[in-house]
Amino acid sequence: MPLTEPSGRPCVPAFEATVELTGAEIFVRCLQDEGVEYIFGYPGGAALHIYDALYKQNKIKHVLVRHEQGAAHAADGYARATGRPGCVLVTSGPGVTNTVTGIATAFMDSSPLVVFSGQVSTKYIGQDAFQECDAIGITRPCVKHNFLVKDVRDLAMTIKKAFYIATTGRPGPVLVDIPKDVTANRAVYHYPESVYLRSYNPTLKGHPGQIKKAVELILSAKRPMVYTGGGIIMSDAAEELTEFVRLLGFPCTNTLMGLGGFPGTDPLFVGMLGMHGTYEANMAMHQCDVLIAIGARFDDRVTGDVDKFCPHARIIHIDVDPTSISKNVAAEIPIVGSAKLVLQDMIRLIKASKKRPDAAALAAWWRQIEQWRALKCLEYDRTSELIKPQFVIEKLYEVTGGDAFVTSDVGQHQMWAAQFYKFDKPRRWINSGGLGTMGFGLPAAIGVQLAYPKQTVCCITGEASVQMCIQELSTCKQYDVPIKIINLNNRYMGMVRQWQEFFYDRRYSHSYMDALPDFRKLAEAYGHVGITVDKPGDVEGALREALRMKDRLVFLDFITDQTENVYPMIESGKGHNEMQLAPRLATLVSTDRELA
Amino acid sequence: MRHIISVLLENEAGALSRVAGLFSARGYNIESLSVAPTEDPTLSRMTLVTAGSDEIIEQITKQLNKLIDVVKVQDLTEGSHIEREMLLIKVNAVGAMREEVKRLVDIFRGRVIDVTDRAYTIELTGNGEKLDAFIEAVRGAGIVEVVRSGVLGIARGDKGLRVDDKQAQAAAPRAAASAAG
Repeated sequence: MPLTEPSGRPCVPAFEATVELTGAEIFVRCLQDEGVEYIFGYPGGAALHIYDALYKQNKIKHVLVRHEQGAAHAADGYARATGRPGCVLVTSGPGVTNTVTGIATAFMDSSPLVVFSGQVSTKYIGQDAFQECDAIGITRPCVKHNFLVKDVRDLAMTIKKAFYIATTGRPGPVLVDIPKDVTANRAVYHYPESVYLRSYNPTLKGHPGQIKKAVELILSAKRPMVYTGGGIIMSDAAEELTEFVRLLGFPCTNTLMGLGGFPGTDPLFVGMLGMHGTYEANMAMHQCDVLIAIGARFDDRVTGDVDKFCPHARIIHIDVDPTSISKNVAAEIPIVGSAKLVLQDMIRLIKASKKRPDAAALAAWWRQIEQWRALKCLEYDRTSELIKPQFVIEKLYEVTGGDAFVTSDVGQHQMWAAQFYKFDKPRRWINSGGLGTMGFGLPAAIGVQLAYPKQTVCCITGEASVQMCIQELSTCKQYDVPIKIINLNNRYMGMVRQWQEFFYDRRYSHSYMDALPDFRKLAEAYGHVGITVDKPGDVEGALREALRMKDRLVFLDFITDQTENVYPMIESGKGHNEMQLAPRLATLVSTDRELA
Repeated sequence: MRHIISVLLENEAGALSRVAGLFSARGYNIESLSVAPTEDPTLSRMTLVTAGSDEIIEQITKQLNKLIDVVKVQDLTEGSHIEREMLLIKVNAVGAMREEVKRLVDIFRGRVIDVTDRAYTIELTGNGEKLDAFIEAVRGAGIVEVVRSGVLGIARGDKGLRVDDKQAQAAAPRAAASAAG
């Protein structure tokens, strides 16, 4: 442990110099001093000293989950909704292995998580002790960094570093593995105010020369496109992005992770892009001459075949993580920096410049985009006697006034939620984009609801996904978490079924869920309200009824059309101009020909 | 193309596995890797030999820099540099070959560092090609075993791969830590 901080002042304030605390007490003090509000966890042998210390205080609220995966997702949901780090506390062995899916989920979506795992005592490490596992080794590939604390005197500094690393630069999960004897041993407590790591110093301010070049290119564009991702949300740059796009009058598309970064109801917004993006967004990507990518990482679900990606575009790429730049698609003007700060600089330069975008070219570009938009690629059959899943989302959007926090699981329901719920604000749309973790939605909603107890929090899910963490309904009961679960129940793993229909000649191999529970009764068994809805005419009424029950968890089980597919769709290996449209539209337009 | 990358990293337990894990997780190849603490016991210096297109090498250096334990990364291949590898080889030395092997050792400027009535143990340094050539030259005598260190690299000139003053100042004084890995 350092005796002095970089400034040279002593680490230990004089009045506390003689007071020694146990590692467990130090742990709790650190979290209090870090301002931690909630910690999601599950006790066990190696973590018991810490749990005892938690018992003796009342500042940090501990939320007992039913499975450690739920703890990681709940903390992740909390982090994404608030921008503050989510905290997890689990025991050694299975406690920490159960969090791995949640940690990997946070890692792929750059969510700031600090996970504390108990470990067997230092003298047992490597002895194959009871509930021992190599937590550092198991989590290494899916954390931003991890630490094993071997000496109680290093505990406070390590915790400070963990929060610092998790929340700065490109955020991500950090794991701190704490052996049981470290939590029993004593040391003088001092929580450092700041921390400096010689090996970690993220670049936040963009290079002025690069920004200048980017602005020149932006102002000379004839068919510009702004493509933004989760980096806008993470860096709280939604305001700057909105100003930037409106200042220029350019079309803007968001990735799945970026929804809410630009208002979904703004006419300049052309919808989500990518595999299930809108026709207008994908066509505009394909035809644009300048692509401004901000806080997005050119994921394969966004780009389709990279060889066919934006063939006419000169690319500007702004990202806080240098490894994201030119990883999948080469950028002509790379800018390493925080989306927020770079956008501020660009706005300033654009305002100061006499040059303005070519108004005639931009008007022609918008005429083209409006033609694409006029296709109404998301339209579905509104005359069906079965409940269409899209209809449920549309109604949910209406009855919540577009102002709910929405979490989702993974699959068709996730895509429909992204397509049909128009997010005007950042941090309202919370889903597992990168890892695609089924089971994320319900526990994530718990974290969001605890952060915002007065707000409406909905979990849009499916009968397959929701069962992966269904046990957290019990957590919701214990802590009175009144989330609204919108279960789009089509008795299939819908997205798997869709792929099997399209690419496997309708061989529906193991995508059918036989023997489903009665979700209404299941919700009731957990002490909640359950409602089954099987007629389109009852959808709106049921949603309103659920929202009226402000202090109850309501599980709405919508029995939907089993055959509905998500459109448009870009098959793997195809380009943005090779979308498969809904059968109704497929005959109207040949996307390939249009580009010839 | 072959690249020699020098990495200065915190001499912490697990730092080496972070680097090795990065290469295996992302499918980059490692031809050789050598690592040891520097004159500053809180730092280790690693020399990595890898191969790949310019894009892959750019990703490798960026990904290395992204590791929290990594302080500095330099692609030595970008400038003028020196590389050395050490070979320890045990060769049969009987009959006429006993003299012949000794002559080859002299030609390659190696040293015989252990002798028995049946074998020589030889130490040789140089670049990889020279070591390869020596191994070929003594193959006829009969090789008992071969140990190679992996490449060490250093840039020519008066500049060194060091932590900046600011970085050095902030480094926490630490008792000599265990070797990286």
